Amino acid sequence: MNERLRVNPIDCVAHGMCAELIPERVTLDDWGYPIIESTPLGEELVDHARRAVAACPVFALRLERALQGTRSRE
Amino acid sequence: MVTERPTRNRLGQLTDALERAGVYGRGGAGFPTATKLRAVAAQRGRPIIVVNAAEGEPLSHKDRYLLTDRADTVLDGADAAAEALGANEIIIAIDQAMRVEADTIAKAAQARRGQHRRSLRTIVQIVPSGYITGQESALISALAGRAAKPTFTPPYPFERGLRGHPTLVSNTETYSQIGRVARGTYDGSRLVAVGGAVAEPGLMEIGSDTTMAGLLQGAGGLAEPVHGVLLGGYAGTWSRVADVTPLRLDEHSLRERQLTLGAGIVFFLGDSACPVAEVARVVSWMAEESAGQCGPCIHGLGAIAAALVELTARGDQFATYGQIRRWSGLIQKRGACAHPDGVARFVTTALDVFAAAFDDHARHGSCERCALSSALPTPRRRRDRNHSRAAAPRGRQSARWDLGGSR
Repeated sequence: MNERLRVNPIDCVAHGMCAELIPERVTLDDWGYPIIESTPLGEELVDHARRAVAACPVFALRLERALQGTRSRE
Repeated sequence: MVTERPTRNRLGQLTDALERAGVYGRGGAGFPTATKLRAVAAQRGRPIIVVNAAEGEPLSHKDRYLLTDRADTVLDGADAAAEALGANEIIIAIDQAMRVEADTIAKAAQARRGQHRRSLRTIVQIVPSGYITGQESALISALAGRAAKPTFTPPYPFERGLRGHPTLVSNTETYSQIGRVARGTYDGSRLVAVGGAVAEPGLMEIGSDTTMAGLLQGAGGLAEPVHGVLLGGYAGTWSRVADVTPLRLDEHSLRERQLTLGAGIVFFLGDSACPVAEVARVVSWMAEESAGQCGPCIHGLGAIAAALVELTARGDQFATYGQIRRWSGLIQKRGACAHPDGVARFVTTALDVFAAAFDDHARHGSCERCALSSALPTPRRRRDRNHSRAAAPRGRQSARWDLGGSR
């Protein structure tokens, strides 16, 4: 199953744990907030992603099922 | 069982008619209105109709016009949507600065009592002023008595909106279009606020085949030479006038070029203004108008605004000019709403179109026009009042007029 990482930017307060735990998919911007590569996770990264989700102190990071043609609206 | 079938037929009839007419949202996102109606109808729960007249964009003033001079088309549209979706509630959400307009539309709605079924109520509700208030999920929050701030999506308002009901939130002009389609008087025209260095600034109604040259002519032509033209307001794009003059202004043609009139805004920046000072002032204002929830928006807009203000004050002494474009790229698609994306678009296109002026300011600091420049409006908000109100229990300040129905 294809999953991808997503952050709730309202909840995120830039602890930066995610970038430590899954640097393959998360880097930090100039202010310490995560920049997430949201393409579907390969099998080799799913465990790291789960660990990062569990480690987020404010539960801002989540795993979402990657849908084809995900709708985005303003 | 008695109401189910007619409602379903009405929905099909209305969405078919909207699709044939090619009606799309006039708030800026440009989503096909028929698709949105169907999406609301597909949810469980009784839908709520929200007319979004929280016009926070300083360059737009079409809501004021529609609520007073075309109140009947707006109400026709809201009624048609309510009948098609089987809604019992129409909420007209109006910016607190538009008291007169709120009064007018309330009277117009009251005059129509008895024209529709008794279970359908129309409510006029005042919401706090703010650029972000008109964002769909922020508007839902405001209507629910919370601070007017966007929420993380999904769920979208069409899925779970006001009090958990599927909610159709659309721009005032969109309802006016729905109303005209329902009455068979829709002609594909749209309202555009034309401002800045033109002989006759104001609200114009343009046909779907109108070009920018035609619009300019309708506005009496340019009043002075111009630096550039802004399409779509403070979340829009800057262009050179010569590049857009031949363009047709229908959204389809515009979007092929990554352009849009947004909520219907064209602004010509005259040579008497300093583009760098104007952009710095607008971006500072947009940074203040941020809901202040998401890190990339708070810090990104803050950093970009500070760098722009620095250019108009002392030049590029802290070497932040070169960062503006990178920061603009960095913040995109990283907020809960599209506020940072809009500012990024505004800034990067300004850097392109006004490149010479920006370079000059980076080297030499402020120009003689910087201090005089205030072509683009940045209204002051009574901020603390809004904040205290968000926290206070709903009382006298949160005006809400119930205009009929069974209650």
